[in-house]
Formats: sequence, structure tokens, C-alpha cells
Amino acid sequence: MEKIERIKSEEMIGRIDSRLVKNKVVKSIFFAATVFTSIILIVLLVRILTQGAPYLSWDFLQNFASRRPEQAGIKAAVIGTVWMMSVVIPTAAILGVGTAIYLEEYAKKNAITRWIQMNISNLAGVPSVVFGLLGLTIFVRLFGFGNSVLAAGFTMALLVLPVVIVASQEAIRAVPSELKEASYGLGATKWQTIFRVVLPYAIPGIATGSILAFSRAIGETAPLIVIGIPTFVAFLPSDVFDSFTALPMQIYNWTSRPQIEFHNLAAAGIIILLGVLIVMNSVAVWIRNRYQSR
Amino acid sequence: MALTAVKTMKNNQTTQTEEVLVYNTKNLNLWYGDHHALKNINLDIKEKDVTAIIGPSGCGKSTYIKTLNRMIDLVPGVKTNGSIEYRGRDIFSKEFLVEELRTRVGMVFQKPNPFPKSIYENIAFGLKIHGIKNKQIINETVEKSLRGAALWDEVKDRIHEPAYGLSGGQQQRLCIARCLALEPDVILMDEPTSALDPVSTLKIEELIQELKEQYSIIIVTHNMQQAARISNKTAFFLNGEVVEFDSTETIFNNPADSRTDDYISGRFG
Repeated sequence: MEKIERIKSEEMIGRIDSRLVKNKVVKSIFFAATVFTSIILIVLLVRILTQGAPYLSWDFLQNFASRRPEQAGIKAAVIGTVWMMSVVIPTAAILGVGTAIYLEEYAKKNAITRWIQMNISNLAGVPSVVFGLLGLTIFVRLFGFGNSVLAAGFTMALLVLPVVIVASQEAIRAVPSELKEASYGLGATKWQTIFRVVLPYAIPGIATGSILAFSRAIGETAPLIVIGIPTFVAFLPSDVFDSFTALPMQIYNWTSRPQIEFHNLAAAGIIILLGVLIVMNSVAVWIRNRYQSR
Repeated sequence: MALTAVKTMKNNQTTQTEEVLVYNTKNLNLWYGDHHALKNINLDIKEKDVTAIIGPSGCGKSTYIKTLNRMIDLVPGVKTNGSIEYRGRDIFSKEFLVEELRTRVGMVFQKPNPFPKSIYENIAFGLKIHGIKNKQIINETVEKSLRGAALWDEVKDRIHEPAYGLSGGQQQRLCIARCLALEPDVILMDEPTSALDPVSTLKIEELIQELKEQYSIIIVTHNMQQAARISNKTAFFLNGEVVEFDSTETIFNNPADSRTDDYISGRFG
């Protein structure tokens, strides 16, 4: 046997200093990255808050769009977003969870399923403006919905669908196989097992992932511009076939006006939008914590 | 010895009026993809017997017991040929619905797997999926099943509390109770005590002694002493084959095959 030269511990201890220096350098690089990100975020928030907060008022929420900034409000946009989401949420949830259940529980794991799976993941990365074009072609023109709540809602539902599917699949996959076996072992059918065992276990994960996806739909502007959602709306939609405007459209419109007052209104609109997003994300966190503790 | 075993088996088949078979396995082969996991299994399992299946890891004993209620169907890429008859009916035939088979044949798993529900709901689950909605029947069955699994006295004050609050041994007895609620004919147990401490194991073994009066039990076990204590028939599996199947007494005291002798005396496995 060849004799191995013994490692000298003195030599190793001598290297500790330089290792610790490296350790500190790396730590400060990561810290600097975090500080940089936080500062940008804080600057952004402070700017929006100082600009928009003075314009936040009950009137701002109660008034429709106006040519005069002091009378302009965000009512049509807030209500319009609510209308749009009332189409987006059920559509994306039903299609998304249904697809996820099919792919995880029913589909055979073969080349076709893998191909579908790959395409769903890729779809999640498609730019939203492309979904806008899809919505314009299919919902606005082919189905003749025009620039209505329905057309925008369906387009946004398609936009968030891949994320809903992937999140639901992950939640369904996380259901312990022992529980499914217990159910099958008692003579349950596949649907009974899905309905009574898999879904109750997966719902918190599905809800959390879906809410985060839905909050993306609230903030997206590009698809709405492409399908021609108006920006100056002085009425509320009375049904899903009505025209409407949404929060990001209103903000976009105000920022593109020359008067500085409108820019401040846009900031106030952004505060409202951020508020909605914070509420939705908190609901997602709340659901996750509530069900994790069982 | 082997000869007499074969003779008694033949006798069993001819005089079925005396000794009723619950399972009759003929030339069963099973593959996981290319892996030949069960090779030409022939095994007759009698009513009200406690049949122990022993053998080293990977010998196919779990695969076999999972084939008996077709839980093996859940594994992708499994192929079988040969036949298993449950009370004269081919379990692989289209007419014998797998849901019916699994209702008649209960299963207890390696790791206690209660549902994340209350103790009560765990037992009611089986009844509900079979369309039983009558509250009184469900209440009575819950109590009867918990008594049957020797768990009632320990949990009667908290049957509406989560099953996850029970100890491992209690959870496993809950799983047995869940199984009893459907009044099965056969109970399959796949190493039911491998995740439990010795005291809980003893309780489960005592329970099996009581259950064998009413049910046919097939139990896979890693623990040879357990097989010797609780079963009256033992099958020794090795590399996917049945090396020997006989009364537990014969297998442990006077095995016909030298490999059985080596295994039970701890020379391998």
C-alpha cells in the first residue's frame, strides 16, 4: 500500500484567517444587495405615498373620471376591477383546478402528458401582451364580446391559468400517498378519493397559489390596452357584456396626461391598487397559516 | 415433509366443504417494468386462518399482499399474469369491481395512516363512501368498530377530536377499526407493527388473536417471532418465490427447505 502523506493540522489552522476574510466579504456582498433592493422599494413607496396621499379622499373613491383633476375619481376603475375579477376568479379556478386534478390524478404519465406539462409551464412565461392579442382575436372579435368585462375577464383568466394550474398541481402532489391508499383500501372510487381526501388536503395550497395568481391579474395593464378597454369611463357596468375600465388602465391614463395633478392622482390610484394587492396577499398568508397549524 | 405438505394441500382442494378457501393463487407472476417481482406463486389461503408471510426485504411479500386487494394497481407499470381467486371469483376479471374487492377485503398499512379528521370521521369515512347516511347506524358502527379494535375505552370521551392526537399504536388500532367498520371478510396487514414500539406491538398482536375468531387475516411481517406468535400458517418468500408454505409450527420447528431453516434461524435476512 502506498503511504499517504499525513495532512498537517498546523498548516490548516494557518489558513483559517484567510477563510474568515472571504466569509466576511461574501456576507457584505449579499447584505449590500439586500440594502440596495430595500432602498429602491422604500424610495418608490415614499414617492408614491407623498405624491398620492393628499389626493386620497372619500370623493376620490366616489367620483367618476373627469377632465378636471380636482373632480376626478377612481370609482369606475375600482368597481370595474371587481367586475373583471368576478369573471377571472371562477373561470381560472374551475379550469385551473380541473386541469391540475386531471394531470395529477387521471392522466397517464406518458410523452403526451409530459408535453402538455411542459407547455403549461412555458405558457406561464409568455408575455402578457401576447395574451392580450389572443383575447382580442378570440373574445373581442371572434366571439363578438367587444371590449367588455367578459372579454377582459376571460383574457386575464387565460393569463393566470398556467400559474393556477402549476400551483394546484404542486398542492395535489403534496397529498401523502398513504392517505390516498387508505381511501382506496376502503373501496372508495377515484372521485371519492379526490373529493374527500385529496382536495380537502390540497385546498390551502391551491388557494394560496391561486390568490397570488389572481393578484397578478389585478395589476396587469398590457392585455387590457390590447383588447381596447377604455380609460375614460363615467358609468358602471350593469352586466358582463358592458364596457368598463380597470385600476391599472385608469392609472396608465392619468400618468400619460401632461398636468402634474393627474400624475398625483395616478399615485393615489397606485396606493389603492397596492392596498388591494396587500389585502389579497394577506388573505393568502392567512389561509396558509390557518391550515398549516392543523 | 414437503411431500406431506403437498398432500394436505391437495386434500384441502378436494374437500372444500370442510376447509373453505378465501384466496386461491395460481401461477401468479408480477413484473414492475422489467423487474420480475413475483415468480409463479401458488398459495391457498383458508378461511379464519392467520396466515403470516415472512421473508427478507425485497422478497415480494408486500407486493403479494398488495396484489390480493389490487392496491398494486396504483403502481404504474405493473404487469401480472396467472390468477388469484377470491372465494372462487377471479380478482383480475372485469366483472369483479376493484371497489367491491376492497370493501370485502380490508387493509392495514405499514405506517398508521388515519385521515386528518376526527376519530369519529375516520371510521365514518368508509360508511359514507358506501352511501350510508343514517346517523344512528354510523354512531353504532363507530362504537362497535372501536370496541372491536380494543380502542373504545381509551378514546370514548374524545371521538370528535383529531385522530392525529392519538399515539402511533392507537392510530394503528384506529386504522384497524376503520377497516372493521365495513365488516370485511379478510383483513390484509402489511407489516402493521413495524412503525410501533414494543408495547403497542403487543397490543396489536393481542388484537389479532381476538380478530381471528371472526376474520381471515393475512399478515406480512418482518418479525419472525411475531409470525410464530400469532399465525397458524406461514409462507416463506424469497426472491419473489414461495419457498415453503405450511403450518407455522412446521415452518419454525421442522422446515422442509434448508433456505427456510437458514432464514428462521437468522443466518440471513
